[in-house]
Amino acid sequence: MSADARLRAVHRLVMLGALLLAACFAASVTRSTSAAESLLNKKAPEFTRTDFNGARVDLASLRGKVVLLDFWATWCASCQVEMPTFVQWQRDYGSRGLQVIGISMDDDPASARRITTKFHLNYPVAMGDEKLGELYGGVLGLPLTYLIDRNGKVRAKFQGETDLKTIEKQLNALLAEH
Amino acid sequence: MRLSLVRNVGTVAVLAVLFAAHTQIHSQSGWGAPPPESASSIPTAQLLQPEELNHLLHASGADKPLVLQVGSHMLFAQAHIAGSEYAGAGSQAEGLKQLQDRVAPLPRKSFIVLYCGCCPWSRCPNVGPAFKLLRDLGFTNVKVLYLANNLGSDWVDKGYPVERGR
Repeated sequence: MSADARLRAVHRLVMLGALLLAACFAASVTRSTSAAESLLNKKAPEFTRTDFNGARVDLASLRGKVVLLDFWATWCASCQVEMPTFVQWQRDYGSRGLQVIGISMDDDPASARRITTKFHLNYPVAMGDEKLGELYGGVLGLPLTYLIDRNGKVRAKFQGETDLKTIEKQLNALLAEH
Repeated sequence: MRLSLVRNVGTVAVLAVLFAAHTQIHSQSGWGAPPPESASSIPTAQLLQPEELNHLLHASGADKPLVLQVGSHMLFAQAHIAGSEYAGAGSQAEGLKQLQDRVAPLPRKSFIVLYCGCCPWSRCPNVGPAFKLLRDLGFTNVKVLYLANNLGSDWVDKGYPVERGR
């Protein structure tokens, strides 16, 4: 191998290493979406709850709709940033088959009710608990949003602060599926 | 050839830094400023990294800290750091009272580690007020576990010891 060929080989190796390092570095500062993925493309765990208006929320009865399942809490500032957008989506996409469901992971239902009123939430909101959290792989950090398709299958998970346009894009893709 | 190599590596490095900066800025835009007494107000010297705490949990005697969760009780019930206790949400008056009662009998030099992990670090409403309370009470050896994203991704998913239940 000539000296020039050796140098080119080293060049390629160094470039590959630099690209790998760059990818690792970029990934380390990018928030994780779709983390554990354990529920992804599996049937969404079924649950029934009574919402703050006294109505029954039964996930199984929502087959045929796209469900945005939002785990939130009053102490989660990022969750409250998302709420007006979820209200807007329920208004805009409800006729196309979207159903937003809010699950409060608060310890105190009274504070959750206050936020529900404050943000004029136009979708059912119910209290969660550790059992429901565990069903969904452990709600160990908020916000946490799942998208469930018309067949009741989990299609996306968004953990932490998420660009809402990313959620909306996937939501629209699911609404387009029939 | 060598010049080209240096130039290409430099370009990749600059692109990585620019991408990282863009990601950070983008992730923060539209979310407003962190609230007062947020976790960001805690001095860096008082922070403990997850791997450091994991190491301390395996220590014995005086080196082993009292670990207190000062966030959501519901999240605590799903998973908490093995051996830790629930001490009330730091963002609420009754939570701070619970924390105060828990530490009241302890010597002021006690090694205490606080954690929450409810939300991304700069958004956590609990650890800041809890840390301030202990400092105001005169505790001199208090650390706060730095959980960048949440307890799930920064502790549980890394395989560090966890327990369930209230």
